[in-house]
Amino acid sequence: MEERRYRSASGAPIALRRRQHSASCRELAVRCPRLQLHSLSASTSAAWLAAYGLFVLTENSMVLSAAIFITLIGLIIYLHFVKIDQESLLVIGSLGIQVTSSYASGKESTTFIEMNQVKDVVINEAIHMQKVIYYLCILLQDPGDPQGVSEVVPLFQSSKPRLDCLIEVYKSCQEILEQRKTAPQSS
Amino acid sequence: MVLKVFFPSCCSSAESGILIGRWIPEQNSAVILAVVHFPFIPVQVKHYLSEVQRVTKVSVSVLGSWSNSKQEKEESLSEFLEDLGTIFSHEPWIQISKEGDSKFWSCSTLQKHSNNPKMEEVILVYYDQRKVMLSHLHPPLDAATSTDHRAEDASKLSAIFDTVAKSKTLFMTDRYDDGPIKLTHWQSDGVEASILVELMKQASVPACMLLTFLLSLVSGVCRSRVLKFWPLSFLWSKLSTCEQLGHRLRHLQVISSNKKAQTQTQLMRKANIFVSLLIDVALGVLLMSWLYRKNRIGHLADTLIPVADHVAEELQDLLQWLMGAPAGLKMNRALDQVLGRFFLYHIHLWISYIHLMSPFIEMILWYVGLSACLGLTVALCILSDIIALLTFHIYCFYVYGARLYCLKIYGLSSLWRLFRGKKWNVLRQRVDSCSYDLDQLFIGTLLFTILLFLLPTTALYYLVFTLLRLLVVIVQGLIHLLVDLIDSLPLYSIILRLCRSYRLAAGVKFRVLEQQDGKPLRLLMQINPLSYGSVVRTYRLPTYSCYPKDSWTSLCKKLFLGELIYPWKHKGEKQD
Repeated sequence: MEERRYRSASGAPIALRRRQHSASCRELAVRCPRLQLHSLSASTSAAWLAAYGLFVLTENSMVLSAAIFITLIGLIIYLHFVKIDQESLLVIGSLGIQVTSSYASGKESTTFIEMNQVKDVVINEAIHMQKVIYYLCILLQDPGDPQGVSEVVPLFQSSKPRLDCLIEVYKSCQEILEQRKTAPQSS
Repeated sequence: MVLKVFFPSCCSSAESGILIGRWIPEQNSAVILAVVHFPFIPVQVKHYLSEVQRVTKVSVSVLGSWSNSKQEKEESLSEFLEDLGTIFSHEPWIQISKEGDSKFWSCSTLQKHSNNPKMEEVILVYYDQRKVMLSHLHPPLDAATSTDHRAEDASKLSAIFDTVAKSKTLFMTDRYDDGPIKLTHWQSDGVEASILVELMKQASVPACMLLTFLLSLVSGVCRSRVLKFWPLSFLWSKLSTCEQLGHRLRHLQVISSNKKAQTQTQLMRKANIFVSLLIDVALGVLLMSWLYRKNRIGHLADTLIPVADHVAEELQDLLQWLMGAPAGLKMNRALDQVLGRFFLYHIHLWISYIHLMSPFIEMILWYVGLSACLGLTVALCILSDIIALLTFHIYCFYVYGARLYCLKIYGLSSLWRLFRGKKWNVLRQRVDSCSYDLDQLFIGTLLFTILLFLLPTTALYYLVFTLLRLLVVIVQGLIHLLVDLIDSLPLYSIILRLCRSYRLAAGVKFRVLEQQDGKPLRLLMQINPLSYGSVVRTYRLPTYSCYPKDSWTSLCKKLFLGELIYPWKHKGEKQD
């Protein structure tokens, strides 16, 4: 198992961890930048200052309790549905590719794509706002057309690693995907 | 190629024996269903397996051997197990052995007819047999629509799920049976059953028959010729309560049918309809108990007449305002007075009818309120119908205003064409030039100016009554939206997803367990449940109402031209 530091597309530090479980099974996990204490305290203080200002205007103490309630609920929703802690890719040759996103509250959302549906794993370019960024994606096979692509599944959307990190992940995946081409096909 | 062995986690502590299951050659994977223990007679095992194969249509066979030794590995046992490979010829013969309490098992294969003696990699995937048996795999929606390549490209995982699900008879023998074969699987410690479920299954058959009989009586009465005469049939089609009652009657017929549900979707649909009806009736009875306590229904009936009076008074004030100088606009006095007086007389008639009915209102409302016990949706539909009946005069005013305005607009457009020397050619459906006589032009221009100067008055009346009508339509629409929501929500599926999430599977997820060098790769296969959005989308109950097909632009066009708008059409109604 090895861990290396890289940078995301916006400059935040991220870490890539590679584990080789067996000859045909690899796990690649990208850890996103954590929730910063200063941004959390800044947003909470801003919300409460606004609520205090409203309280001074309206003399209604419900405003204060409502502000506390909203801040708590907002924080819980943010941690459970928005903030992604780690995105990982588990490639098991001959079974499939599993994409997992773990949220800050511990929730994990997983998708498993079977190997016969995977056409290839490639690095694409995209124009995002004023930048051109690279992203890794899985191309899914179109069942009707052997040359066609039915769907593109982008990976690492929240951590957005830069090209150097993506090349490492790409190389690891391709080593395992090539095994299925060299393996004798059973009818 | 890599060999994948799907091993049930319940057999991890089983005694030594042979493994039976299904071999899927296309995927090079073996799905192990149970372990047969020593002592056994090979002929009896083969006979039993062919019986199981006949009943379940799953090609179950002996796949290999399993040895769970508490002490060190015994050489004689391993030779004995290899010899078994010659009795039950299966290619490849899988040998799994576990030593003591070690987590790391060794798995090897014996290939008799292979040319390359290369050791292939083995992946050991543990699965929870009971959960995989009970769960239903949902393919992604876009894959479900394309059925051409179903047979070849069927999800590889669905083969595994099918194998376990269809082998239910294999799991019926437990170790307390006195047969020649001793199996270990998830139910080998005793077959699970619930007394309540069995009792309900026994009681449901006569209950279904009774319900079917009652429903046939009711539908016979509904279909009788007496109720099909013209005024009554028109009334039934306009009242939304009758639509809702018919919808619920169809639902009851679906539930009470004697045919067992064949597929998973049919079973879920029946269960969803049953739970939806139950919740509906429970909420309706709750509403009824709230209404009839403290005589709230009497109070409601008492306030109904004053409310209708109030609405009529407001309308009269509105008309007086229109007859004056509304918003500073100058109206044509004569036309204004005529229209205003006509509508005022209409309101006067309406008020007289309401006052005529007022002594009976309380009794009618009391009996109508009793029908809330049929369900909350029926109560909401009755509310919507009462609103429609009480605002019938607004509907009438809208129709009068719209027709008048529509006539005026058509007249104006036709006379405008005359003014420019053109004519509408009905045959060719286009505007053609035409030479008119002088007196035709004179009369046409006169009429055109008259209509043009009378336009603001009619347009204002039309605008006011259209806005009122749209308000009533929006209120009714909201009520129908709520009724649709209660009708179509698949509550049973949502509760199942909450409590037994493994029953509705969107896919699987793998977790890598501890590894040891030299031993096969160990993975744990768990069920990935369907998301709530997909559950609602897949199992939504169909409803009878369809939302307006007109886009906003065509609606605005109709309003501008004065055509009557019918926003909510039901499926099955003839389209205009």
